[in-house]
Amino acid sequence: MHRTGELYGQFQNLDQQRETASLGMWVFLITEVMFFGGLFLTYTINRSLYPVAFAESSRELDVRLGAVNTAVLIVSSLTMALAVWASQTGKRKQLIAFLLATLALGSVFLAIKSVEYADKFHHHLIPGHNFHFPDSNITPVLARQEPNLNAHSQLFFSLYFGMTGLHALHMVVGVGLLLFLLRQALRGRYTPQYHSPVEICGLYWHFVDIVWIYLFPLLYLIDRHR
Amino acid sequence: MQSELPLFPVRASSFAGSVDALFFYLLLVTVFFSALITISILYFFLKYRRKAPDEIGVAIHGSMALEAAWIGIPFLLAMVMFGWGASVYVNMRRPPRDALDIYVIAKQWMWKLQQPDGRREINELHIPVNRDIRLMMASEDVIHDFFVPAFRVKTDVVPGRYTMMWFRATRPGRYHFFCSQYCGTNHALMGGWVTVLEPAEYEAWLSGSTGETSPVAAGAKLFQGLACITCHSGLPGARGPSLTGVYGSVVHLEGGQTVTADDAYIRESILQPKAKIVAGYQPIMPTFQGLITEEQVLSLIAYIKSLQTTGAAGSATGAAPAPVPAAREKKGTP
Amino acid sequence: MSTTPAAATLPREHYLNAQYGVRSWLLTTDHKRIALLYLASITLFFFLGGAFAVMIRIHLLTPQGYLVSPETYNKLFTMHGVIMIFFFLIPSIPAVLGNFLIPLMIGAKDLAFPRINLLSWYVYVAGASFTLYAVVMGGVDTGWTFYTPYSSLYSNSAVAPTVIGIFITGFSSILTGLNFIVTIHTMRAPGLSWFRLPLFVWTHYATSIIMVLGTPVVAITVLLAGLERLFHLGFFNPALGGDPILFQHLFWFYSHPAVYIMVLPAMGVVSELVPTFARKPLFGYHFVAAASLAIAVIGFLVWAHHLFVTGMSVYAAMAFSILSYLVAIPSAVKVFNWMGTLYKGSISYQTPMLYALGFIGLFVIGGMTGLFLASLGVDVHVHDTYFVIAHFHYIMVGGAVMGYLGGLHFWWPKISGRMYPEGLAKVSAIILFVGFNLTFFPQFILGYLGMPRRYHSYPPEFQVLNVLSTAGASILGIGYLLPMLYLMWSARYGKAAGRNPWPATGLEWQADSPPITENFEKTPVVTWEPYDFYHRPDLKLAPPPPEFRGLRPAEHAEHD
Repeated sequence: MHRTGELYGQFQNLDQQRETASLGMWVFLITEVMFFGGLFLTYTINRSLYPVAFAESSRELDVRLGAVNTAVLIVSSLTMALAVWASQTGKRKQLIAFLLATLALGSVFLAIKSVEYADKFHHHLIPGHNFHFPDSNITPVLARQEPNLNAHSQLFFSLYFGMTGLHALHMVVGVGLLLFLLRQALRGRYTPQYHSPVEICGLYWHFVDIVWIYLFPLLYLIDRHR
Repeated sequence: MQSELPLFPVRASSFAGSVDALFFYLLLVTVFFSALITISILYFFLKYRRKAPDEIGVAIHGSMALEAAWIGIPFLLAMVMFGWGASVYVNMRRPPRDALDIYVIAKQWMWKLQQPDGRREINELHIPVNRDIRLMMASEDVIHDFFVPAFRVKTDVVPGRYTMMWFRATRPGRYHFFCSQYCGTNHALMGGWVTVLEPAEYEAWLSGSTGETSPVAAGAKLFQGLACITCHSGLPGARGPSLTGVYGSVVHLEGGQTVTADDAYIRESILQPKAKIVAGYQPIMPTFQGLITEEQVLSLIAYIKSLQTTGAAGSATGAAPAPVPAAREKKGTP
Repeated sequence: MSTTPAAATLPREHYLNAQYGVRSWLLTTDHKRIALLYLASITLFFFLGGAFAVMIRIHLLTPQGYLVSPETYNKLFTMHGVIMIFFFLIPSIPAVLGNFLIPLMIGAKDLAFPRINLLSWYVYVAGASFTLYAVVMGGVDTGWTFYTPYSSLYSNSAVAPTVIGIFITGFSSILTGLNFIVTIHTMRAPGLSWFRLPLFVWTHYATSIIMVLGTPVVAITVLLAGLERLFHLGFFNPALGGDPILFQHLFWFYSHPAVYIMVLPAMGVVSELVPTFARKPLFGYHFVAAASLAIAVIGFLVWAHHLFVTGMSVYAAMAFSILSYLVAIPSAVKVFNWMGTLYKGSISYQTPMLYALGFIGLFVIGGMTGLFLASLGVDVHVHDTYFVIAHFHYIMVGGAVMGYLGGLHFWWPKISGRMYPEGLAKVSAIILFVGFNLTFFPQFILGYLGMPRRYHSYPPEFQVLNVLSTAGASILGIGYLLPMLYLMWSARYGKAAGRNPWPATGLEWQADSPPITENFEKTPVVTWEPYDFYHRPDLKLAPPPPEFRGLRPAEHAEHD
């Protein structure tokens, strides 16, 4: 299909094209909600089955790093929203600056996440044959409360890696999208008339942010002080 | 014996009649509507065949009355199906109390069945006619399913938990049972025969039993061997609660809840002792998860069940434990 | 026979000859060409899955099993199920006919996201490659349902590549559904309000909702099962604290609605065929449209009726039973409305109509035997027996495949520009109908007798019925080969069809056959109600009959 300027051939006009793009992203995000939903459900059921093991395991996570990451993501959502505003109002320089800021914050998040993962690796908390819940943290009371701590803690860490891993994958995709936006913005492609790529990537970025807002308390905070 | 082309399964349990009656109601509704639709299609075919190439049909866009009718009538018929089906199902899921307990262990690809007196069979089950039978079923590996077509019952056998089913055979004879949940290579061979005997024949069959240990006796042995007895001695000041008469009674737990001591509770208490702590006791019992087989758990339960009033271990001679007559007495639970 | 407004030749330029070469096909963003890419791939998978089915039926000729070892038999039925469901039925009508027709039916130049459409085909191919790799690696033997812990711990077959294949293909389905939803919302031609949409579009809208909401759940579920297998995790493994029944809940949360992904589009096809060949507006249009959405919504609330014998709570079982009955009502409404459409029509019995009527008859039997399974008391007996097999083959083959073939014949003149051979097509439609019933009706009896599914050998008293079923399958096989052969033949040698050979009322029939790449010379404006034969002089039909006089012409009907 031929393209005339910003207008792709299948559309009648730019309004229709914008509406379509944004609806498409919303429908995609609904799919994403269901995708994460399956994991959240599995997590919730297992958490209610093995509250002790899950609480103990969540204490193995570094809540400071998690909190810093939460802050990083919230700020990145703000800079992303500002980038969208800049693109709508045609402020090219600000757009580039805010995109860069978002990109930087996203990378910081991923860097902190990989530090956390490496830490888990050193402590044998990667699910699989080498998984081993640290003996030093098993008190006699705990051993009595949860005799299968190792197995059920592995369940927790499987879900931890599954959920944060899937989220991190979404972050990587988001960073890729930001790089694309940045390239286009540097070329001056976005105008007040045509900026829906920035808008829909913004929607995506906020969604990924919101997922983390749920993941953080669920994995790091609940029952921490039992 | 069997006809070359059987069209309907034999009816050999107390459920068969009610399931078949419901089936025939469903069949009647199905045949009626299928015939209605087919005959209408054929009738319209002849009546409204296109007569000229450019002919068009009559402009009818719809009818609220008809829509209401064909929403309402199927709805009512369906609700009868639902209510009737649910009542049959509830009956299937509520086993009577004084049923004869058969323990069933499923594994790839065989069934191990055990009579209350300990007689074991593989892929064969002998039961008396006109007696309520309850199957207590556990799996050692994957999900299986115990299915007796002539009785119209089946239930999944799921690893990591118990399932239960019951029936009363009403006709002596030999009937197929199958595994009907796909379980791997020889799924199709994982079946056998239920033999329904007259009570006298059943007794005779039982007495031909070859001195195998009853689950109660095996359980008693395990109770000693696993040193359960050291804590659950039943003596005053023992570290664990006395188990005499515990089966079927209401147990008071730490934290104020109560629970009825049924098979599932006892199983859980053996495998995950920390899950429910009896009021007044310390959570010191170790878990036996992975240390004992499903079969041994069943034996232990059978033994604990047999500990009714005397406090002595059930006799290990192979006699069936006395049927527990409504063991709901509220003993001063430990 | 209706007149065929004869056009001696095809239009000079159309989407098939707009460009040539392999690249022009593999890099196309034209929804019509992508539809043909899908057509080729799913046809391949249909015959592959069909070959497995043939081997299954031959094997079951004798009680001990005739052909293969138990391991191989288990792989045969698993691969048959996986391929037919995930790689044929789910994409069949949506990805081929839906892809081709939705833009044409709503007067658009293409789908909203043409490149995503192409991507969805590549994703499908990628997923299919993994599954084919699993076949080559010796196949998988878990059953298409992948129940844990068998699939995650005990099976010794290529579970992981199959599961990855299904996971990937799920995204193809999601992308198609997303594209359809957005397209139907934003790309409709001027004047084409929601209640002027053909039912085919309505049912695809409902189908897309299921694809978008359900597919991600099954994707994550099979992914968890696959990870559990690869890394020995414990989500569904009771030995490690997981719950095998949780897998079944998550699996059926998608896989039951997936049945509606397969059958709703077929209902859409039938809702096009019946008015066209009865030359009469669809009876109760609004009810049929609403029924499609109702099926999609209620269909999400019935999944646990697959678990009635797992020992689930009696009250939960009752709730799922009553909801299963509720989802049957909209299907009944559709059937009755199709019958109402036939009443006082001017009915012609060309091949697509034969398929449509075959669909109605078989769907009624398939649907009503579903009521047996929703009924708790009877389900306990027939669950996991051949009764279930027969039931869902009546829905999926008798329903979905009949609808697919009916639609393929109906729109073949639009797709290829040429007519298929009518006489041969009628004969094969009848062969199919007879073969189908002979194959699957005996299985209802087998099921009530108690023959469990997935058995490589069976007690001897079941043999006669199994032989009947196998005999039917051989007839059925011929019934499927014939259309493939004559449709391929007719694409080259058939009589040129002209724009509107039937004639039918939809917008797609105003485009050339085959259409140009942009579908329409200029964007059409819709001024008529759906299935309106009375204000359409362009169809060259007889003047309206007397009952019709006095009705308002559509130009004055409300516009959106």
